Amino acid sequence: MELRKEYVGELARLMRQNDKIVILDADLAGAGGTKPLYEEFPDRCIEVGIAEANMTCIAAGLAASGFVPFIHSFVPFVARRALDQIAVSVSYSQQNVRIVGYDPGVHTTSNGGTHMSFEDVATMRAFCNIAVLDIVDGIQLRKALPYIVQHQGPMYIRFVRKQTDVIFDENYVFRFGKADKLRDGKDITIIASGTMTFDALQAANKLEEAGISVDLLSIHTVKPLDEQAVTESARKTGRVLTVENHSIHGGLYGAVTELLSAQLPTLCDAVAVRDKLTQVGNLNDLKRDYGLTADDVFDRATRLLNRR
Amino acid sequence: MDVKQFAKQIRRNTLRCIHSQGSGHVGGSLSIADLLAVLYSKHMRVDPANPKSESRDKLVLSKGHAGPALYAALSLKGFFPEEWLDTLNKLGTRLPSHVNINLTPGVDMTAGSLGQGLSCACGLALADRLKGVDGYVYVIIGDGELQEGQNWEGAMFAAHKKLDRLIVFVDSNKMQIDGLTENVLNIEDIQAKFAAFGFDTQRANGHDCEAIDRAIAQAKQTCGKPHCIVLDTVKGKGVSFYETMGPGVHSTTVTDEQYALALKELD
Repeated sequence: MELRKEYVGELARLMRQNDKIVILDADLAGAGGTKPLYEEFPDRCIEVGIAEANMTCIAAGLAASGFVPFIHSFVPFVARRALDQIAVSVSYSQQNVRIVGYDPGVHTTSNGGTHMSFEDVATMRAFCNIAVLDIVDGIQLRKALPYIVQHQGPMYIRFVRKQTDVIFDENYVFRFGKADKLRDGKDITIIASGTMTFDALQAANKLEEAGISVDLLSIHTVKPLDEQAVTESARKTGRVLTVENHSIHGGLYGAVTELLSAQLPTLCDAVAVRDKLTQVGNLNDLKRDYGLTADDVFDRATRLLNRR
Repeated sequence: MDVKQFAKQIRRNTLRCIHSQGSGHVGGSLSIADLLAVLYSKHMRVDPANPKSESRDKLVLSKGHAGPALYAALSLKGFFPEEWLDTLNKLGTRLPSHVNINLTPGVDMTAGSLGQGLSCACGLALADRLKGVDGYVYVIIGDGELQEGQNWEGAMFAAHKKLDRLIVFVDSNKMQIDGLTENVLNIEDIQAKFAAFGFDTQRANGHDCEAIDRAIAQAKQTCGKPHCIVLDTVKGKGVSFYETMGPGVHSTTVTDEQYALALKELD
């Protein structure tokens, strides 16, 4: 199912139970899929027009009065255009705003270039109190939402609106701040966030066929990072490859290497975007061009294993 | 306390607060003292013993650098001990020069990065509407601050949502850091601009407490529109040498000598 359908269905269920949840859109209620909520909850759904800075601060005002506002737009407009509003009215002001960014990184595809952002996780992570979620699939998003509502403090959530590869099933339990262990291995650690989990899983299968045992962690909560899971795995394998749909600067690779360089110096490498401009293209072409495919994960893992 | 006496006391305590640090945002704090006196003596429905009361009126000081003036008013109302005024900007203080919702009882929104207050106030007003609370939300914006485009996003939204319990004051002291507002980037005609955005508007002498009071009372009579009251003020008002200092009064010293002279004028 499309993630936006999972999202809106679960949000509607939660809004029926909790009259403090409000949602705000900046002319993307149709694209984001929140439009049905406007019919059921006309008072608690607020269309602000094409004005993301205004939306962010209105949300801060609502949060200051006890509401839990969700603000929505494409990643760069909600997490970059309104960055000072997030800094002052949300983070410094300690307001319970949920900042929802659609179509992170390469998932912007044909709207790329201007609408594509590879720096959102880095900027959001740099705030002292904003939790950062990079969602893997629709089931995880649905299972995470009850927690997202009740979390204390601001939170940034990035997810793809449309269908993605599905990793988890109905038995999945979302645990904030905890990594999901997908493979238990001893030769190399692969840590993937968001939708790159699927590519990492494919690469892990191929590596295992080649006789390489992979310890595979899927990370939804990039901040706060599951430090225990990362260090335990790194201690076991001595090789860590991170995999993310984001710049190599300051995202998952940043989080993991900041931790390991201080606590457990470990050979690391990243599948991530390396200082390359954003652009348009279809998803597969973009992933190939930025080096974000399962083959790239396989190649970098192999090279990392051969490093001395 | 008589409102004019209250205003004088706000000015004295504002300078006490800034004097404790030696310098600060003197000009734009003194220019809003009369407005704060009218609001906190005649209009703001607040309870210092219960500063987070759901039904209270709220004030967003969008020109957050005028914190010392608001702290002066709040301390006089009993929100916190007057001794706090002497802690301005010291590490760990409850009174940072730019207002912070989490630090100071009676402060309803954080501000300091200009242009965000009106949008935040729209959120507070919407929240009251959702809760069925009949409070007013007041916003104080500097005239130079109107150069920030986000104000106009907020204005458009407030009018579209008919937030008629939202009252915006523009402190038109006609100066900003780099000079006279009309020379830096002219934002007049402020009243006409807000009217064009769908506001009920008035213009009044920002140092005439009765005129301010009348303007607020009149705004409350008009339904279906947010309100804007442009207040013509003097930056540094109340102390002769600050009134004549020019744009430098935005951020300037309050030395022991200046403080003593100012208190004499405000006796």
